[in-house]
Amino acid sequence: MPATDTTVTLRIPTPLRSAADGQSTVEVEADTVDTALRALVDRYPDLADNLYDEDDELRQFVNIYVGDDDVRFGEGVETPLEAGDEVSIVPSIAGG
Amino acid sequence: METTEPILDAIRQHGTDAYPEEGCGFLLGTVTDDGDNRVAALHRATNRRTENRERRYELTADDYREADAAAKEQGLDVVGVYHSHPNHPARPSETDVEEATFPGYTYVIVSVHDGTPEALTAWTLAPDRSEFRREAISRRAPEAP
Repeated sequence: MPATDTTVTLRIPTPLRSAADGQSTVEVEADTVDTALRALVDRYPDLADNLYDEDDELRQFVNIYVGDDDVRFGEGVETPLEAGDEVSIVPSIAGG
Repeated sequence: METTEPILDAIRQHGTDAYPEEGCGFLLGTVTDDGDNRVAALHRATNRRTENRERRYELTADDYREADAAAKEQGLDVVGVYHSHPNHPARPSETDVEEATFPGYTYVIVSVHDGTPEALTAWTLAPDRSEFRREAISRRAPEAP
């Protein structure tokens, strides 16, 4: 499939792949992190509850990286994307 | 989950090494066609909590990325995490439920009393995130090198 100007790749963590047709990566067209994640959830609605809380905010433990950069230290979900960017969904883990 | 006794022993050993603090790390492996996690290797990590490490643990997103890279080198994925409960039972605590990540990961807990590992159990978060459910541990023979 030829890449268009705004095609980015989302990397899906292992336990969420079953809700995304078993894929480890999903290509979407998006120009920000937010539109990329929303496009992902539109295509695979079962992912929504895993990524977003009751207030429709990304869950506390869900971290998003563009390449090697945590968007939290940049513009958050408004971080702009360029064609070919790789967006990773990365959990942080904690407990008692 | 499915794994080998040497891997379970390595989790117990990490619990002993970290005692009286909580030790933690990642389970690397594959997911079977019926959704079972098959653990083939461990990736030890450092408990990133800055205080109360006897009762809490934390693995950062960067820790996850490091474990994921280590998994990929072995043709594996991150399929879960493990941590120890010093002087507490091998059951998920309230904090474990409140701070749980994605359903589908296997969470292994080993209880360690006075430095000696005791019960080791496996759990998975319910899809509605309300509780952890016990997962059976089936052991297979270690693979020949």
